[in-house]
Amino acid sequence: MIVMQPIISVSNLSKTYASGFSALKDINLDIRRGEIFALLGPNGAGKTTLISVICGIVNPTSGTVLADGHDIVRDYRAARTLIGLVPQELTTDAFETVWATVSFSRGLFGKPANPAHIEKILKDLSLWDKKDSKIITLSGGMKRRVMIAKALSHEPQILFLDEPTAGVDVELRRDMWEVVRLLRETGVTIILTTHYIEEAEQMADRVGVISHGEIILVEDKAELMRKLGRKQLTLQLQQPLEQVPQALSSHGLELSEDGNELVYTYDTQGERTGITALLKDLNDAGIRFRDLQTKQSSLEEIFVNLVSERR
Amino acid sequence: MNFYAIRAIYLFEMARTWRTLLQSIVSPVISTSLYFVVFGAAIGSRISEINGISYGAFIVPGLVMLSLLTQSISNASFGIYFPKFVGTIYELLSAPVSYLEIVIAYVGAAASKSIILGLIILATAALFVPLQVQHPVWMLLFLVLTAVTFSLFGFIIGIWARSFEQLQLVPLLIITPLTFLGGSFYSIDMLPPFWRTVSLFNPVVYLVSGFRWSFFGVSDVNVGISLGMTLVFLAACLAAVWWIFRTGWRIKV
Repeated sequence: MIVMQPIISVSNLSKTYASGFSALKDINLDIRRGEIFALLGPNGAGKTTLISVICGIVNPTSGTVLADGHDIVRDYRAARTLIGLVPQELTTDAFETVWATVSFSRGLFGKPANPAHIEKILKDLSLWDKKDSKIITLSGGMKRRVMIAKALSHEPQILFLDEPTAGVDVELRRDMWEVVRLLRETGVTIILTTHYIEEAEQMADRVGVISHGEIILVEDKAELMRKLGRKQLTLQLQQPLEQVPQALSSHGLELSEDGNELVYTYDTQGERTGITALLKDLNDAGIRFRDLQTKQSSLEEIFVNLVSERR
Repeated sequence: MNFYAIRAIYLFEMARTWRTLLQSIVSPVISTSLYFVVFGAAIGSRISEINGISYGAFIVPGLVMLSLLTQSISNASFGIYFPKFVGTIYELLSAPVSYLEIVIAYVGAAASKSIILGLIILATAALFVPLQVQHPVWMLLFLVLTAVTFSLFGFIIGIWARSFEQLQLVPLLIITPLTFLGGSFYSIDMLPPFWRTVSLFNPVVYLVSGFRWSFFGVSDVNVGISLGMTLVFLAACLAAVWWIFRTGWRIKV
């Protein structure tokens, strides 16, 4: 079996700032070629520091990072040519036009001018009609698009999106998700950090969780949700109960305050969910229900649980 | 060598000049013209010739040098400070460009602007006083060398500065006084012996003197020493820039 080399390989990476603050602690992480990887973590967890080290903005204290086999320090030219970065802050030139700033980025990354490519990017990002506008005149959402256009100008193989949709309205956010999916289809590997767990849930193939400078989990998103996801079955009763009957105590049921709902929590990974037994016991106890619904934990709930467990 | 990057940064910086034509070119030319009106025509007419050169013509090299120094520093320091200030430096740091390429592009652009400005001021001066350039090649050499050296110095200031106030500090409090006291408007031979000796510690004296020699063939200090001192300052600036990039001082954490 051929094992595909990871496009980014982080080994024993640590970063301690001059103040003594240890932002990254012995990080080991492989990013697979062509995937969308979501890096989740609370504020100050080290997400931006990790991205900044990989992109060459922050010096690592120890450890190595390879981008498609190129060491980001020793072979920085080859490594950086592959990488595009959309930082978290909206840091753009003010008085340049959209066309000029995107073309500048392409040159900066060592690529000859290619107006057709710039035109395609601007059209894909719905920026074409703003190409001659000065950046200062654009809205926040449009500026964010300009930053994505700059990062894509040199045709990177790896794209880092640090909180790409922060402060962006819902419509624009969905547009951006679409752009990211299209990019992935062209073979670009995408690493995104986000506070919007929904974003990771919608887009990511794999999820990494970082907390206090340590990677505490890396998992396929679907697998993660299957493993850690809990499901709840809510039964709406025909007659309210005052308390859970003794005969049902083994199921660990919770009764709602008004006594109208019974909530059963079960593990989706377990061989048996216990639902059949529960329904039989309910029937035997003469408890009838009007309706039922099941709910799976969201990635957000999983994330909150994971991070709180580490505290 | 990433020539595309050098070109991109250079053109980006030059574009800023054309966007701010009034501030970059017109304003220094007007200031210099005022110097000619005040010192050349109004006061200069009452001052006798210096080393056989009319006072109006005598101050031309000094005035060009004054603009060259201040504009080189201001252009280069602003060029690198502004991306730091607004945060766009992330792009420079994450790009496949070497430190040498960054310096060539930024310093090259700043020096180009100063040289263009210096030549415009010379042309303006020619409208006020009859000008002669005895050693045009040397004149251009001093012009380019000084522009590059002080653009490098400005680049260092731009990296060092943490605020716009600091950015202005060195040009206002050090460079301008040194230029005014560096023989721009007089020959240091006109000073009492004590102050003449003190003046020899002012590096600008050597720049102005060498530059003036290329025009009139006369100088306060030997032209070889002038050239040597300029090269020493250039080497010091290069060493400082090399150290800054090697350590990432005030650029990278």
